[in-house]
Amino acid sequence: MLAHEFVRNAYLAGTAIALACGVVGWFVLLRAQLFAGDALSHVAFVGAVAAAAAGVDIRIGLFALTIGLAAVMAGLGRRGGADDAVIGMVFAWILGIGVLLLAVLSTSSGGGNAAIASTTLFGGIYELSASTAELAAAIALLVALGVAAMFRPLLLSTLDPELALVRGIPVGALGAGFLILVAVVTAESTQAVGALLLLGLLAAPAGAAHKLTTSPYRGVALSAVLAVLAMWGGLALSYAVPSLPASSAIIGLAAAGYVSASAVPTALRRAASAPRA
Amino acid sequence: MSPSLSLDLVSDVRQLLEFQFMVNALEAATIVAVLAGAVGWYMVLRRQSFAGHTLSVMAFPGATGAALAGIPTALGYYLACGAAAVAIGRSGRGSRTENAAIGTVQTAGLAAGFLFLSLGHAVLSGLETVLFGNILGVSSGQVLGLLVVAAVVLGLLAVGARPLLFATIDREVARASGVPVAALDVGFLLVLALAVAATSQITGALLVFALLVAPPAAAQVLTTRPLASLALSIAFAVLVAWLGLGIAYFSIYPVGFYITSIAFGLYLLARIGRRLART
Repeated sequence: MLAHEFVRNAYLAGTAIALACGVVGWFVLLRAQLFAGDALSHVAFVGAVAAAAAGVDIRIGLFALTIGLAAVMAGLGRRGGADDAVIGMVFAWILGIGVLLLAVLSTSSGGGNAAIASTTLFGGIYELSASTAELAAAIALLVALGVAAMFRPLLLSTLDPELALVRGIPVGALGAGFLILVAVVTAESTQAVGALLLLGLLAAPAGAAHKLTTSPYRGVALSAVLAVLAMWGGLALSYAVPSLPASSAIIGLAAAGYVSASAVPTALRRAASAPRA
Repeated sequence: MSPSLSLDLVSDVRQLLEFQFMVNALEAATIVAVLAGAVGWYMVLRRQSFAGHTLSVMAFPGATGAALAGIPTALGYYLACGAAAVAIGRSGRGSRTENAAIGTVQTAGLAAGFLFLSLGHAVLSGLETVLFGNILGVSSGQVLGLLVVAAVVLGLLAVGARPLLFATIDREVARASGVPVAALDVGFLLVLALAVAATSQITGALLVFALLVAPPAAAQVLTTRPLASLALSIAFAVLVAWLGLGIAYFSIYPVGFYITSIAFGLYLLARIGRRLART
């Protein structure tokens, strides 16, 4: 199946995106910011629609809106400002603007928005061109490298912000920088798995990793490996079964990984506690 | 004759109520708003917006799955939302992986919905209705059904109101006093699921979430007294729904835009009002 160019493009972009989602997702869960990721992914959809309405490249809208929202959320800060109700409201409102833009778009273009809506919401990983796939892979790898570069200070400022401040780590700036990385991953993954489904790549592999190990290095590595495996398996599955959409297969495998990880520790804990009792 | 807005408020209201579809829409919106204002008040207080949003998007697999299986759409909504509520409730409140569970439930549901959609070869225009609703197409029968569900939900909420508030505000003390905290967690999620499933059939997944989160948040900014804040939340939700529908009637743009914008504006006003009152 790798003889086809569209399959090679999908694997190239998919692997890098899954890797970035796994790495970033592990920290997103540790920092309890998954709802912010949810907001960013829904807003990505509005960004794409806005770009389509303005007649510019969809990627401009994706990146502009997600990074903009990440900056706003970082600006509201963690000092009780950006609690989950505020995040929920802001993104419900932005989605409302998306509805308006969709209406404007369908009156101006005569209903040509269904295709944009479909690929943005649910992704079109098998429709990526070679150049798009290469760019996506490059951006995703840069994000993964960015997280690797800030790994230790980010970990410390998440687990113990006070101590991190004492040690001279710029906790606030680091948090803002991380949210912007989340935004970049979100915008990039929207093209592959879609705005509605990319949250699964952020949440499920990372959740499984958090359940299986508490060690940060092993956790991040495991999360990245699980995400990449879900991506590879999903792509292969949907190639073998044509009626199965790629995004559904990828997210389905990621979710299955999370569910099996949830089952494993319980069994282990029971086995471990039995002899002691 | 197309509706035109004038300074004469009586004539504006008469134009609003001229058509049966608009009367139905206003009735449905009022019921939805009362429901969302009450259930959402607890959701915001319990910091469960993420779970609430996840339940509201379950409308999508519910609708597409029901179409594929050939069962009534409403049943699909209730099944999908209920299953998601149970799955989230099982993950345990406050654990580090609770968010991971919610996110996984949400995307697994959406991925399943997308699969159902492509298996059923349905057109995507139906998707927009699922996400953004079609409140102007509500029938009188639907309004009646909504009223029944609203009575059930509000009844359940009234029965559990005090222990739920106790468990929300001080979980540990409530547990020590014999309040079944874990059962309340799942119970509240199921009530939220029931409310969301009933309302998102009419308003779409997007609108119901805006009504669930913004009016309660605005109310909780303004007062910390539980009953006053709950009443304010319901009043705000009804106000937002009426204003949104009313303005949308005189405009060519969709209801969803107006309701979300007014809801957000209301919250901002509440924040500004509190700041002014403090100084």
